[in-house]
Amino acid sequence: MIGVTINTGRNPRFAVLRFPGSNCDQDAYHVVKDVIGREVEYVWHQDTSLKGFDVIILPGGFSYGDYLRTGAVARFAPIMEAVRKHADQGGLVIGICNGFQVLCEAHLLPGALIRNSGCKFLCKYVPLRVENNETPFTSRYTQGQTIHIPIAHGEGRYVCDETTLQSLENNKQILFRYTDSDGNANEAGNPNGSIVNIAGIANSTFNIMGMMPHPERASEKILGSADGREVFESIVCSAERIFK
Amino acid sequence: MIEPHMVREMGLNETEYQKILDTLGREPTITELGMYAVMWSEHCGYKYSRPVLSLFKNYKEAQEQGSLENAGVVALDETYGIVFKVESHNHPSAVEPFQGAATGVGGILRDIFTMGARPIALLNSLRFGPLEDTRNRYLFEHIVAGISHYGNCVGVPTVAGEIYFNKCYSGNPLVNAMAVGIVELKNIASAAAQGIGNPVVYVGSATGKDGIHGATFASVELGPDSESKRPNVQMGDPFLEKLLIEATLEALETGFVVGIQDMGAAGLTCSTCETAAKGGKGMEIDVRKVPLRESDMTPYEIMLSESQERMLCIVQKGKEQAVIEVFRKWGLSAAVIGLVTDDGLVRVKDNGVVVAEVPAKSLTDECPTYHLQTEEPEYIKALHAFDLSSLPEPVTTHFELSLIEANELLTSEASTTSISYAEALIRLLDSPSIASKDWVTVQYDSMVQTQTVALPGSDAAVLRIRGTKRGIALKLDGNGRYGYLDPYVGGQIAVVEAARNVACVGAKPVAVTDCLNFANPEKPTGFWQFRRSVEGLASATEAFNTPVISGNVSFYNETPEGAIFPTPTIGILGILDDVNRRCQAGFREDGEGDTIVLLTAYRDHTGGLGGSEYLSVVHNLETGVPPRVHLEGEKNLVGLLLECIGDSLFASSHDVSDGGLAICLAESAMISNQGAAILLNRNDFPELAQPSSLLFGEAQGRAVVTVRTEKQLSKLKERALAFGVETAWIGTVGGENLRISIGPDILTDIPVSVLKEISTRSIPRRME
Repeated sequence: MIGVTINTGRNPRFAVLRFPGSNCDQDAYHVVKDVIGREVEYVWHQDTSLKGFDVIILPGGFSYGDYLRTGAVARFAPIMEAVRKHADQGGLVIGICNGFQVLCEAHLLPGALIRNSGCKFLCKYVPLRVENNETPFTSRYTQGQTIHIPIAHGEGRYVCDETTLQSLENNKQILFRYTDSDGNANEAGNPNGSIVNIAGIANSTFNIMGMMPHPERASEKILGSADGREVFESIVCSAERIFK
Repeated sequence: MIEPHMVREMGLNETEYQKILDTLGREPTITELGMYAVMWSEHCGYKYSRPVLSLFKNYKEAQEQGSLENAGVVALDETYGIVFKVESHNHPSAVEPFQGAATGVGGILRDIFTMGARPIALLNSLRFGPLEDTRNRYLFEHIVAGISHYGNCVGVPTVAGEIYFNKCYSGNPLVNAMAVGIVELKNIASAAAQGIGNPVVYVGSATGKDGIHGATFASVELGPDSESKRPNVQMGDPFLEKLLIEATLEALETGFVVGIQDMGAAGLTCSTCETAAKGGKGMEIDVRKVPLRESDMTPYEIMLSESQERMLCIVQKGKEQAVIEVFRKWGLSAAVIGLVTDDGLVRVKDNGVVVAEVPAKSLTDECPTYHLQTEEPEYIKALHAFDLSSLPEPVTTHFELSLIEANELLTSEASTTSISYAEALIRLLDSPSIASKDWVTVQYDSMVQTQTVALPGSDAAVLRIRGTKRGIALKLDGNGRYGYLDPYVGGQIAVVEAARNVACVGAKPVAVTDCLNFANPEKPTGFWQFRRSVEGLASATEAFNTPVISGNVSFYNETPEGAIFPTPTIGILGILDDVNRRCQAGFREDGEGDTIVLLTAYRDHTGGLGGSEYLSVVHNLETGVPPRVHLEGEKNLVGLLLECIGDSLFASSHDVSDGGLAICLAESAMISNQGAAILLNRNDFPELAQPSSLLFGEAQGRAVVTVRTEKQLSKLKERALAFGVETAWIGTVGGENLRISIGPDILTDIPVSVLKEISTRSIPRRME
């Protein structure tokens, strides 16, 4: 396990950030509190401190209406300075959908997310392949495992320059790729035109992760899939492993 | 000085103008005239529909008790209530499809959270002309985009809906949006102004010059100059609406808000006079205190603007700052613009100078109502007299089709004399009204809030409700063609089909909301259609004990090319006592060998081909007598479905509706990628003498269910007997093909993968 430091006890505390226009905040909160049974609190975008939290979730939605460019305004929210500090100290940060877009805009993750190749919003279950299970966000998956998690975005096409892509590949920072129903990361299995089918990446120290699919929407069987739950369980697991 | 032409242009007639003169005892100001014109439009005042709507028991009672609210409430359990309503946005969508549809969603959401309920689901019912026409494609694409844009951003899942295509909707699309919310029963907010001296607080978006006279525009037919009405269409901002939802719910939690009303049609005029009239009070406001987008707006413009995302709150005196703080925290403007008075008047000032002063009730309760003439249209008798048995029956050859063959057939016109049953099935699956709506539904976020248990494509959407075992089922339904052939029966079928849909997922139908889309009521034939349709709806909702708790009327849906079909759409709420005991429409994915049973609650000797999709697609005819309805039989079927699903007897259940039994089976097969071998015994269905009516007839009161074991089958038979519902074994699940035979004749034997490809490609190939 690389680059993980969790500041307090073995029971990590989660923060769910709320920007004006966040709309998956309550879903993330629900999964942490009711499904995996951990402590969680909302943190308002105008707050400036994340003291006492171990894991920061930037939820999905349309922060500030996403009118300029997705995530482009949210990166200037007062709370983002605290997120940066938290990450600098090795704390865990996860951005889901709009949260991923915000992290890219804030340069906490490389690359950018642009309009889907089909130009339309897409909401559906997609198969994903776990590309690296040796991270705090994926340790409960097996390497190469196919999981089913929904996407719901209009601007989820991941792009980056050639050098960045090389280093993402070399460092194994690509955590999830879109695949077809047979598990192949090919064009047929690429819903939005992302470069090399990228669905989720981590930073080079593996304490920040962004993904377009919504693991919080697939954390309970009754909703059609519980495959996303392991993202949250992995985080808890890595925390506990470190403090044993 | 008011000129006669000004009165006419605002849509008021001479008698109505005289009534204004009598009420005021003087000539109205221009602002007052504008206020009367919008409030007395059909859209706001229901001046034509009100006497007919009294046929709905609940509506009549609510009206008499003065308790009509923004939307109706149904108890889910002892703690929670479900609030829901459907509303049309047809006219705006016809001229400005993206914004028209988007603001339709925004408007209906405000009706829900203004009651203190958190919106948890959206549905929509859409009607378009054929996609072969460029303008219809444009309307279709942009209306769907508008709904997607607004619903996705505001964070409320779009969970179900329906779309039909018919030439009668060319140039006059229908956009009916339904919203559903959940509220703690003890916290339901009121729309009445109470407490003399209480401040009136304006919140949300600033007022601009958009949407002025939108309600008046909705109360005339569409014509060549409708394009020029684009400035009457409002602009929506879903981001602001999301903030308004959170801020309003938080403000209501303070307990300081006495009354609250959203500003929809007729904007400030409607919200001030309705809250005042409802509370039996008066209200005084100053338009210069209203946050404005342009400072040079006249009082007339400010009072009539339909700018979106605005609310009016009546707040406890002295607590206004606390309430304003909540809205400011969410980045919204909020300002005290007036106060509640005791004189029953709505008084509007402009910087202290009175510009309007009218009795609140004269705008609302005293809106003139009319008992319009009715006359049965001539076309109906001719259509009913049409002899369907004179039509050629398809042939039994070519029952196998590959994808290449199927696609080839679709490139040419159907030949009614040599068409095979297999080809008819393919053509039906390719008909956009029946085909897969995936192209549309993937553009909607159907999962946000993580309560959606059955996604779009099911008979009805199912939502779990966090914190309870219960679940709700939702569906929006309506077939205009039946209404065209017989509005009374069309109204009944809209209700019974909606009820069947929620029963098929295991939910008890408990209440409905209706959106009544009709032509010009001032024409006696148009009003006859409306009246007969409401009579049909009323009879069916009473039989099912599913009261109409809210609704909306949209008249004047006609263009110079003609009127739309009478199209009532019914939004239904079903409740599941245990959300884990539900059923789905698709066969089990590993359901090989499951037994398929057709449930028939009553026999339809018409054969069910009148007004069917088959008749339209294969014979290019919209004629005949629509399927008949037996309300007791429908109730029995619903009762049987609920009891069996409650005991987990079924592996699947799916109602038989548009396209008949063959389409019902194809849908169950396509969902699960499971084939089926169907063997129909003619003796079981003597009333469906022609194979075409057996396969494609739309006789009501039927559902197809599957069971896994012999034991379950005999239990089902036993219960069906008790409910007076007939059961017929019709085949087994399994294999790659859907094969349907009648006796020794195979009528169709096609791989499910081919059916699925045809169905899913239908809309995309027309849109490319």
